[in-house]
Order: sequence, then structure tokens, then C-alpha cells
Amino acid sequence: MSAAPSKMLATLNVNGRDVTLAFLPHATLLEVLREELRLTGTKHGCELGQCGACTVLVDGAPVLSCLTLAAETIDRPITSVEGIAVADALHPVQRAFLDLGAAQCGYCTPGFIVAAVHLLERTTSPSEAEIREALAGHLCRCTGYTKIVEAVALAGQRMRATAHG
Amino acid sequence: MGNNGARSTEGHVVGAALPRIDGYAKVTGAALFADDMAFPRMLFGRLLRSPHAHARILSIDYEKALRLPGVVAIATGRDLPVRYGILPSTQDETVFAIEKVRYVGEPVAGIVAEDERTAQRATALIEVRYEALPSVMSIDDALRDIAESGEKIHPESRKSNNIHKDVHLTFGDLEAGFADADRVFDDEYFFEGNTHAALEEHSAVAICGADGKLTLWSSTQTPHYLHRVVAAVLEMSASRIRIIAPPIGGGFGGKTEPVAHELAAAYFARATGRPVKFTLTREEVFYTHRGRHPVRIHLQTGVKNDGTITACRLQTWLDGGAFGSYGVATTYYTGALLPVTYKMGAYAFDGCRVYTNKPPCGPKRGHGTTQPRYAFESQLDDIANALGLDAGTYRAAIAVDPYSRTINHLRVTSCGIREALSAVSERTDYGAKHGKLAPGRGIGLAASAYLCGAGLPIYWNPMPHSGAVVKVDRGGGVTVFCGTSDCGQGSQNMLAAIVAETLGVEILDVSVCAGDTDLTPVDLGSYSSRVTFMAGNAARSAALEVRERIAAAAAAELGIAPERCAFASGRIFDREEPDRALAFVDAARAAEARCGTLVGVGSYTPPADLHGDFKGSGVGPSPAYSYSACVAEVEVDFETGEVRVERIVLAHDCGRALNPSIVEGQIEGSAYMGMGEALMEESAFRDDLHRIPNLLDYKTPTILDTPRIEAIVIETEELEGPYGAKEAGEGPLNPVIPAIANAVADAIGARIFATPIVPERVLQALDGTTGPLRLRAPVAARTA
Repeated sequence: MSAAPSKMLATLNVNGRDVTLAFLPHATLLEVLREELRLTGTKHGCELGQCGACTVLVDGAPVLSCLTLAAETIDRPITSVEGIAVADALHPVQRAFLDLGAAQCGYCTPGFIVAAVHLLERTTSPSEAEIREALAGHLCRCTGYTKIVEAVALAGQRMRATAHG
Repeated sequence: MGNNGARSTEGHVVGAALPRIDGYAKVTGAALFADDMAFPRMLFGRLLRSPHAHARILSIDYEKALRLPGVVAIATGRDLPVRYGILPSTQDETVFAIEKVRYVGEPVAGIVAEDERTAQRATALIEVRYEALPSVMSIDDALRDIAESGEKIHPESRKSNNIHKDVHLTFGDLEAGFADADRVFDDEYFFEGNTHAALEEHSAVAICGADGKLTLWSSTQTPHYLHRVVAAVLEMSASRIRIIAPPIGGGFGGKTEPVAHELAAAYFARATGRPVKFTLTREEVFYTHRGRHPVRIHLQTGVKNDGTITACRLQTWLDGGAFGSYGVATTYYTGALLPVTYKMGAYAFDGCRVYTNKPPCGPKRGHGTTQPRYAFESQLDDIANALGLDAGTYRAAIAVDPYSRTINHLRVTSCGIREALSAVSERTDYGAKHGKLAPGRGIGLAASAYLCGAGLPIYWNPMPHSGAVVKVDRGGGVTVFCGTSDCGQGSQNMLAAIVAETLGVEILDVSVCAGDTDLTPVDLGSYSSRVTFMAGNAARSAALEVRERIAAAAAAELGIAPERCAFASGRIFDREEPDRALAFVDAARAAEARCGTLVGVGSYTPPADLHGDFKGSGVGPSPAYSYSACVAEVEVDFETGEVRVERIVLAHDCGRALNPSIVEGQIEGSAYMGMGEALMEESAFRDDLHRIPNLLDYKTPTILDTPRIEAIVIETEELEGPYGAKEAGEGPLNPVIPAIANAVADAIGARIFATPIVPERVLQALDGTTGPLRLRAPVAARTA
């Protein structure tokens, strides 16, 4: 039996705050977020990069945290679903998911939400095809995706109204 | 509002598309699912699973594993010998295999360790010696004479060969019915098995205190049944066991019966005195399964030239996998509900479930009714075409009537099938398109019916199926306690909406305490689309009891008769002079001062007269039935055989929609899930192995495959439902699969007699050399 690898000490920037912690060099970002930082909003549905439930933003872009080593994310801003809401106000994407019933069991929802936030940061008026393309890596077994697509479009519309308001 | 009355002047919550009360936690990631929980000193568990489909266990040696640093405890079948099963008639499972294993993936041992990696490493250090036995991997294999196929999978079974259950029911004069027919249609179909693939992998966390009290959190749709099985298997008093169902990350029937890791978590928590968590990997979820049975179907239907069904004979053979699960009920369900949709002169049903060496099948959304519905609606389409009838108007002509009895003695109450059929036909212009679209394009229609809860519980008892308690706090907050488990369908919101509506408060003033066997009255669980009807009625009764006391107190304060009290907008006011009012909180305090602690209780038990009096009559009865109709439009690529679903329009009679947005969501999700089953989802095996136990190869429709689904809510008034409601969770799935199959038949001019309709089958049907996929003549179910 070889000796267990030792943990590394590193600083991660998670949801706008630096946290210094020790984790195994082969620990995934998913494991560090959920198990070390107790940010359990990020879910796992396969741990093989197939379902999209574990999606978080790294450097502002969606990544599958189950396939990303935490060690790769040092000094790169990480945003999980817990970092999406501003103070106690829901992000327009969250509000639209809530208003339209786009979350049923809610297990895939955090992954969809961070991916949708990323899409709407690029454009607040995506076409339906663009919405579907941006969310194509995410599986949902409850909704048939219909209300998810509608919610992302509604969030974009509300963001445009606010920006122009 | 019928005899449930008292909808009165209010109606601010019921019928409104309000955001779900559990939505806030779900969109922020704050909802705590079972695997999100952690406790100090928590141990992590892993299961060692069988690499053999069928083998005798000669020995298990785990000394080496136990010596691995970090491993705390190991258990095998010897440690947990009590047999269990969700149905009292089929107690055929143990937590870990004893003497032999019956499918690849069956748990053989459990390990708990300081961390998950260590537990996983330790599984590789357990040495199990097996003696392989011949495996039984198909319905044909299972029906074959046991002298040829080797040892029975369950040697103690009294049935011949590997038959688990066979049932035979006849209603009316079948022979006379066929003799009276102008045409008899005789077809065979095969519905492939598939699985739930809920996004959340099952998880269970258990704690056992020094006082011997055990608490188990589990992603279960049936906390009450789990409670009973944990008590039985751990041989401890149920009074010392508390089961809590946290939010469930999708169920669809896959979390409806106790399975090994839950019982293992409870066992190890008690054995070690430390918190224990078991979370399955995705691959393990595929082995845990309890999904849709593969079913071979033989369907003979006699019709007059006008389409009247004079006789129908249905035979089903179910591939049950290695254990009983809900299989006896599933077998009956394959035959129970066809007559709930259409009138038949005579009906006979023979069902036969067999054991095979595959992960056990069980209930998936539509439980046993989905497969024969696919066959029947496919054949009905062929009948309509042969007789030159419009598929929609034909179905409406033979549909059952509201407030009638079916040929198999089931009581039908409200029935919106005709409204649903017209809605989908009109929305899509079905009549103008069917048979007239360009080659490669097709349109198909189908209808269905489903339960609003099983009329009988899983284990016989005379107690209510659902209970609720409503408590009012001195601050005006209301809490409803009910044993339901929310797997995403919205049962928490349903309870809150009914109570808020009844008491005239805002929905966010109602808190829901659900799925906790210490705190909540029993509800039998989230299965058979029963929760809105049964728990909703219980919650409504409980809220009405509180309302009466508040009304009495408010009436005294206002100096009016209690009947004049209306409840809305957080006030109790005089219906005739609405300015005379009390705030809800003040009225509640006055009621508490008058009557003491302000709590109401309610129960729901289905009526006793729902079914006939014959063996097997317990499966199929329901206090009400929902009705659905679907039209699908497809485009088929003649080069590749690929089917693209362009449009799904799905109308569903849910009684009254308590929350139209949630009802639409159930309809949309059903359309999507049915589409996956029709076109791509399959439990596929290569020799003894599940071929695709992962979410990449087990194909489910992505957001790019799924069209924007058009949900149509058909409202009927169900007099016995809470505020007139029926169900929406399962029923809408059933017509989707045959609607797509019928659309494909319209597009390619040939019938494919099996699911899923993968490109290979389309090309076979198109080239005609192999012909549409036909099955061998069925082996007679009458063997048993």
C-alpha cells in the first residue's frame, strides 16, 4: 500500500472571496466545493461529465466541476450557484425559473442557472436556438426543458428592460 | 365546487400559477438533498456488487479489507438475513446476497470507512468465490423448461420454470364478442425496458443515538414503507426509528421501494454508533433500477365495421429481472386500465411476469399501464385506418362515459377524454394532415387514462391512506404536517396551496412539514399519482376543522353567524358586509382562547365501492381517473432512419388545476419522458451485462432533441377531489409513446411493432426485406 498523497494548501477565489484550504491534489473542484467548502448547491448526477448538474463558472465560463481539478482553479474566480444571487435579491435568471416553474425537483437547476447566467452575460436577447445550444450539455428529467427555455428568455427580457429602464 | 364546497368567494391561491414555495430554495441551491447532509464523525459507505448474473456464493473473506486503515466495519448477507420486499406477497430480497447472486450489480457486502475513497478501495480487497450458474436473460429463457435452463433463479418459488406471477381475468363473453366482430386485429408488440434516470443519485444518511433511536434521511418516495422495512430488517421497534424524506432529486418511481443502501446505512449507523452516508454512483443507480419492465404483448381486438369493440384479449409477458419488487402489481396493471379508456363488449387479460438475471424492474411513471397502452393505441390506429375512420373522432366514439362502470367493474367519475381528444385534434388540424403529409412526415394521435391513486394500500390495513395535521401559530403562521415526499412534482406546494386557500391566507404564510415519520401523519407515498387526491383531501379536511373553530370565534367577535364568515386575504369577514372583518391572526388567537390549541386533523380513505369482487380486483381501482390525449408530428430521415419529433401537443384532464403552471410542467415533463421512451431509451444488455449504465450511452433527449411542448390543461370537475383536482404526474406520459409510434407509421407507411423506434428499426421497416420487426409467436402464458 503506497502512502496516501498529502494535501496541498492553496487559495481559491470562490464567489468573490478568497479561501485558503487544504485539499488532495487529485480532488475535483466538485469535491472541494461540496465537501470542503460545504457549498452543496452544486450537484452531481454522474461525476463523468455527462449530465451538467455540477456546472460552475470558472473565469466566468461554465465548466464541469466533476472533471476539473480544484488545483487547476487556483487564482481563477469561481462562481457557484450560491454566488449568483446578489445579496438577498435573486438574479433575474433565478427569478424567472421561480416565476415560470422551471425548477421541479431542482436537482439540475443550479447547473442550468449558472449556464444561463453565463449566456445572458454575453447577450440578453438570445434566440431560442441559442438558448438551447447554450444549455445542450445539461440534462433535466422533470421539465421537458420547455419552461427552462421560456425562463431564460424571460430573464433576458427583464434584464434588457432593467438596462434600458 | 361540488361537495367539497367552500371555494366560496375566495380562490386566490387555488387556480393561480403562483411560484412554488419550494422553488426559492431550489433556484438558489439552498435546498438540502440527502447527499448534501453531513455530520461530525460521519462514515462513508460503499457496496461490493456481484460481477456475475447468476452464481452461487461459495465464500466471502473480508479480513484483508477490514485491515485497511480507515475501514471501520464490513457486513455481508449473514449479518442482515431478514428477507423483505415492498409487497407482502413477495419477500424475496435481502440487503446483501445470501447463498447466491441473481444479477450483475447485486449488493454482496457493505463497507463503511472514514472516507469514501477508502471504502471504495476496500471493496477490491474482499475476496468472494463464486460458482457460476447459467443465466436467464430473456422472457423466452425464463419460460423455457427448467430442466434445460438450469437452476431456478428463486428455487423456493412454487411457479413453474422462472415464472414469478401469472394472472388470468375474463370479463363478459369473449367468444361471443369475437364471433360478433366484423374484423379481428391480431398483433404482437414488444415494449423495451427503460429506466427513470432521475438526476439525483440515491443517497441515504443515518444516525443512531446512544438511546438506540435511529434516524434515516433517504431520497425515498415512500418514507412510510421504508419505515416498516427498516424496522423489519434491523429487527427493531418501528417506534425507535425515524425516517425523513428530504427533497428528492427526481423519482419517477425509481425511489419507491426500500433498497440495499438505505438499509445498509441504517444498519451501520447502529453498528458503529456513528453517522453513516451511502450515496450511489450513477452506474449503481442503473443496477438499482426498479424501472420499466420489458413487456411482450399479444393483442387481439374484435370490432364491428363502425369500430365498436366487441371483444379484446390482451396477453402480456413481463421481464421482471431478479426480484419481485412491485411486479405482482405491475402484472395486474398491464391489464387493468385499457377498459378505463374505451368501452369493450368483452375483455380478457392474461399476464405473466418472469424472473431473469437482470436488475429488478419495478414501477416507472405509468406503472405497467404504459406498455399495453402503447400496443393498444397502435392497434387502434391501424383499426381506424383500416375502417377509414378519423383516429380522434373514432376514439371519442368508443370512449367511456363519465360516471360509468367499466367492463372490469371499475368506477369512472369525471372524464375529460373527449375534450382532450378534440383539443389536440383541433390544435394540430390532425384530420387534415393525417395520411396527407409529404413522405417522411407524419402525424399521430393517441389517448389514455390513469389512476389518481391506488384504491388499496400495498399492505392490507383498514387505516387511512393519508393523514394531515394543520396547526395555527399565535403569530398567524400555519403549518401543515403530512407524510408526503416531494420528488419534484410539487406535493409540498399542493399542501400549502390547499391549506392557504381554505384558510384565506397567503401561500407563504403556510409552512409544510412533510415526509417525517416522527412528526407527520402517515401518507403512503409518492406513487400511483395519489398525492394530490389523497393527501390533498386530508389536508383540506384538517384545514376545514381549523377553519370551523376560527369561524366560530370570529363570528362571536363580529356578532354574526359563523356561516357568514368568509376567509380571504388574511382576514375573516362578513360575507354580507365585507367591511366587518378581523385579521386572521386575531381570529386565530380568539379561537385558541376559546377552544385551546389550534390544530385540525384530516384523513383520507378511498371509497370502498371502487372495484369488483374477484381475485386481482385490488389493482386498478382508483377514486378517479385522469384522461389524456396527444398528437405528435415527426419527420423521418429515410437515409439514416432518424426520427425527429417536431411537435408534441398533449392535453390532460387533471380535474381542476390547483396550480396551472405546475400542471403544465407535469404535462411537459411527461411528453419529454414519453418521447425518450418512444425513440431512444432502453435497458440494453450484452450477454449478462448492462451495456450502457451511464448517462452518455443511455440516451435521454437533450434540450436540442426536445421540441417546445404544447401543454393543454383540460379541467373537469371531480367532485371527490380536493378543490376538484385529480392528477397530473403520470397520466400524461402514456399517450405520448403511441402518438409518436403512430406518427412514425404515418410518415413511413409501415408499422414498427417495438420500442424504442431507433433508426435501425426504421430502416428495417423501410427496406421491407426484414419487414416491420415482428416477434416470434408468443410462448403461451397458459403454461402456468
